[in-house]
Amino acid sequence: MLALIPLFPLLGFVVNAMLGRRLPKGVSGGLASVAMVASFVVSVASVWQLAGLDPEARAIEQTLYAWIASGELNIDLAFRLDPLSAVMILVITGIGSLIHIYSTAYMHDEADGEFARYFSYLNLFAAFMLVLVLGSNFPVMFVGWEGVGLCSYLLIGFWFRKKSASDAGKKAFIVNRIGDYAFILGMLALFARFGTLDFQGVASEVAGLPPETGFGVISLATLLLFIGATGKSAQIPLYTWLPDAMEGPTPVSALIHAATMVTAGVYMIGRNAVLFSHAPDTMTIVAVIGALTALMAGTIGLVQNDIKRVLAYSTVSQLGYMFLAMGVGAFGAGIFHLYTHAFFKALLFLGSGAVIHALHGEQDIRNMGGLRKALPLTYWTFLIGAIAIAGVPPLAGFFSKDEILFETYVEGHTLLWVIGAATSLLTATYMFRLVFLTFHGQPAAGHPGSGTGDSGSDAHRRVPSPGSRVPSHDAPPAMALALVVLAVGSVAAGWVGIPHAIGGNNQLHAWLAPAFEARVESAVEAAEALPPGEAAAEAESHERLEVTLMVFSSVVAVMGILLAYGVWVKRRDVAEACARRFAPVHTLLLNKYYVDEVYDATIVQPIKAASTEGLWRWFDVRVIDGAVNGTGAIVDGSAAVLRRLQTGSVRAYAGSLLVGVVVILGYYLWR
Amino acid sequence: MIPLGHYLVVSAVLFAIGAAGVFLRRNLITILLSIEIMLNAVNLSFVAFGRYAGDLDGQIITFFVMTVAAAEAAVGLALVIALFRQRESLNPDAFTSLKW
Repeated sequence: MLALIPLFPLLGFVVNAMLGRRLPKGVSGGLASVAMVASFVVSVASVWQLAGLDPEARAIEQTLYAWIASGELNIDLAFRLDPLSAVMILVITGIGSLIHIYSTAYMHDEADGEFARYFSYLNLFAAFMLVLVLGSNFPVMFVGWEGVGLCSYLLIGFWFRKKSASDAGKKAFIVNRIGDYAFILGMLALFARFGTLDFQGVASEVAGLPPETGFGVISLATLLLFIGATGKSAQIPLYTWLPDAMEGPTPVSALIHAATMVTAGVYMIGRNAVLFSHAPDTMTIVAVIGALTALMAGTIGLVQNDIKRVLAYSTVSQLGYMFLAMGVGAFGAGIFHLYTHAFFKALLFLGSGAVIHALHGEQDIRNMGGLRKALPLTYWTFLIGAIAIAGVPPLAGFFSKDEILFETYVEGHTLLWVIGAATSLLTATYMFRLVFLTFHGQPAAGHPGSGTGDSGSDAHRRVPSPGSRVPSHDAPPAMALALVVLAVGSVAAGWVGIPHAIGGNNQLHAWLAPAFEARVESAVEAAEALPPGEAAAEAESHERLEVTLMVFSSVVAVMGILLAYGVWVKRRDVAEACARRFAPVHTLLLNKYYVDEVYDATIVQPIKAASTEGLWRWFDVRVIDGAVNGTGAIVDGSAAVLRRLQTGSVRAYAGSLLVGVVVILGYYLWR
Repeated sequence: MIPLGHYLVVSAVLFAIGAAGVFLRRNLITILLSIEIMLNAVNLSFVAFGRYAGDLDGQIITFFVMTVAAAEAAVGLALVIALFRQRESLNPDAFTSLKW
């Protein structure tokens, strides 16, 4: 039954790809949405079946066939549903269905063929993403991993006639290639060390080993895998593609570049929790990179003016949180944040899509303002998303973010905790800056010519004219449905993981625990080592600490919101004064720390120069063309001499024949 | 009985006459005839060797050579007629256009 889950969207892709041109929009969009909903239904049924199993043996495996069998290398095309992939498939098919439905309204201005092309890509993406999370070994996961990269490229460059969009697609693809290269090397290292690429196989091999103390093979392999994750999940140093990916249609940003694909790296680490927890060095790197990414992206998000780019940096920042959680060994917390983040970030993106849709392609928040009255539904759902991401209890973001910060603190990474808490303040501030600038205040008096300008926009065709900033309509029904459902999710999704400290019982944590098995065992051993009384005391002090930290982070979130209110609603001039006062910092942030420029100067340009001068002008022109043309020239030259022998005279031929016979006979007679 | 050497000498002389004819004459028909002489020189030596060895192999192969020679004469004369119609000439040096 598991194979059906990716099969439905795949079928949707095949039909839309082959017949889409001839289908009306209702059919192609409807078909794609139905495929996703069917997949969701099967997923729910599968997870239900999984939940019925004994917690110790919660896994459903399905082997389709032996994919590669070559000597020691045996790889099956096999799917495996366990608590971890169960969470993932529900998120992917659930939010994926909503976004498909939303897209039927959002993309309605496209021509029939384009519309079908869009939905075929979206279905293909869903199929690959499901393969990624269901695959029971590295190569199957890698198929999905590459497939979603391909679909991401296709969808970012969906409006490929616009140069910035096709450039952004290429950038995403190439940057991801760097990460994927490391990912392959990581797989090879694992195979060389353990002789298997099956997740279960690797985990059971590793579980018997002590954690690596130095930097050994496991650390190397996990570090390479993590580099792959930094590419897919937009972490330092390979995050630069994600903000540019906002060139794609907004529902795509919501589905691929916020809710699902970019979390693949987090999922991958969660899937290999046992392996990663045996490589403490890598774990530290993961945590540090995660925290730094969270902080850096948060600061950039504070000053960006494109509604989608703010959300993109917010995504990078939240992904940083997830990696922080993974790095400190709080795998459950990381996956929990992945799951709640999928709701509120998809909601925020879809809300921004509704705004862009209503404003006919306007994306610059400086040209918005006062939209609260015109777009009430969008406003309220967007506000819920913003509160959720800011981390105000009892919305979804609070529980997951708080769990991450708590685990970070408990594991003794105080500095990382400080960074995380600071980022939490930043998150609340920049999200509410976005809310206040977009929905509150006065409608912006159109700056003539400011249009969409340099900020990438969805408005490939619908170029906004000065008068078009008047919002036309609130979200149409299909979009409203997705917004409302996701808003409900953003409120309630966190309730499956309410920590023990405040009377919940963290079902999600218990549900996920078997997926990170070996780690949990060691934790149990550690707990058993303590005398019962002490353990209880320890647990109690933990709980007190957790409550304290919760109160602290709620206060931080509220402070961030108030700060944003004070600056961008009450005294708009303060923001400008600050920008002037700290002009260098502001410019630095506005230009995203000049990372793109640095990469361009240090990596892109040297490679371009080396390729032009070395590979093209020297190797290709001189060596390859030289060899080919040289062969021709040799044949030509020798032929010019040798063809003199062919005189056309029969007697000359007969004469040479005679001479030849005499010579050969003479040789045999006198030798 | 005439010894083998005599036959071979006659055969060699005939072959040389034939070869000389092929190279020296300027008439295609004469050249064809010269080729016939060379073939018959070879036939003579085959028969002589056959007789010397006391079996029939030499005679059998001679029949093959005669058959081939007849076929060759038929094809060769047909070609000569075709060439003559083209160029009004039987001089082989007139037909050198089959080259690069």
